[in-house]
Amino acid sequence: MKPFDFFSPPTLAEASRILADYDGAGRALAGGTDLLIRMKRKQWTPRAVVSLNRIVGLNDIALNGELRLGARVTLNQIIRSPLICAHFPVLAATARMMAGVQVRALATVGGNLCNASPSADMAPPLMALNARAVIAGVDGERIVPLDEFFIGPGKSVLQPGEILRELLIPCPTHSFQASYAKLEHRQAMDIAMVGVGVYTETGRQGNGEVPICVDVKIVLGAVAPTPLRAKRAEEILRGYGLSVERIEHAARVAAEEAKPIDDVRSSAWYRREMVEVLTRRQLMELGD
Amino acid sequence: MQRHHIKLTVNGDSHELDVDPRRTLMEILREELELHGTHEGCGSGDCGACTVLLDDEPVPSCLVLAADVDGREVVTVEGLVQNGEPHAVQKAIVAHGGIQCGYCTPGIVISSVALLKENPHPTEHEVREAIAGNLCRCTGYQKIVDAVVQVGASSAH
Repeated sequence: MKPFDFFSPPTLAEASRILADYDGAGRALAGGTDLLIRMKRKQWTPRAVVSLNRIVGLNDIALNGELRLGARVTLNQIIRSPLICAHFPVLAATARMMAGVQVRALATVGGNLCNASPSADMAPPLMALNARAVIAGVDGERIVPLDEFFIGPGKSVLQPGEILRELLIPCPTHSFQASYAKLEHRQAMDIAMVGVGVYTETGRQGNGEVPICVDVKIVLGAVAPTPLRAKRAEEILRGYGLSVERIEHAARVAAEEAKPIDDVRSSAWYRREMVEVLTRRQLMELGD
Repeated sequence: MQRHHIKLTVNGDSHELDVDPRRTLMEILREELELHGTHEGCGSGDCGACTVLLDDEPVPSCLVLAADVDGREVVTVEGLVQNGEPHAVQKAIVAHGGIQCGYCTPGIVISSVALLKENPHPTEHEVREAIAGNLCRCTGYQKIVDAVVQVGASSAH
């Protein structure tokens, strides 16, 4: 690793100020499972590393009208949280699909998002659940829908001095279901070839007898420069009952919306086919 | 570049060290504290050879900066021996032939001990999940899994 200055400030304000002082040449350290690898390989050579580990409150999980998930919460904390398992089990299921027990003890939800990998597993289910990102900077905080958080591979809206503080996940008014499916070469320690997050909120409209999909989200991972909402596919389902025909149509459209590439993990053709399969399969299961 | 003063507990003993911020926990365990049971494999968190307990959770110590573990508690494979006796997991892995070259073994032992602490009677599937982050190129895993399941099934731990 190249030399760097190490800081472990007790407050978010101080962490933010140090990162701002280094003007883009500093990196925040949470779990380190991405950062340290890139520093060892000299892909990143930050002049400052600012640990977030001493900052109180960053690894809190709380439910108070909405779920507040601290950016520093580890994947193992998500898996073990009774609150998450009871209210948003998709997040625990997703965390369990990531890496292995040892890496999950270090890796954080905020780190997964801030690295802005197109294949970040936490992104599709969190976007599907309408999560918002609370971002702290030297001039105060701003809230960005997670939908608008990613800009490109490795790029988010975070500016120098800004730190992801927490995620806010609203509790849906109607009954909802959410799931995430990940296609990988082995069941641990692997990066997704394709990931699909699905969310449906069902209710009755007017005097309608049959429940309809009042809200729906389909979010694709590893098939575009950023995690991607399949908005045209969502429109096919929004306001309707989840019939087999509609599900099949929406899954085909989701595959059309994907913008996959060929790489070491998979071909673009295969990725697109699997977007259709994983979308259809999950919607069928949610519809049951 | 400034060195950082840290205090940490390793296998029950307190240590105070001045560390270069670039050093990983794995490196200071081996080089400063001479605990050579923690092995470096890939150096990128994929192989699990460097697994230690950090505040009771198994972590790849190659991905932890030493400067970032101030005030925390570490257990390495050396810390599992009590009164000169190997841990039940170590004995079982030897008895089942789950050890060949031995490079991955300390990491697998640490991961297994952590599993048994949380889940004293794990199934085969649970053992496989707990050591999914530990690569072994010799044994094919079966004998290791058998050993850990057997420790859980017996009352020896």
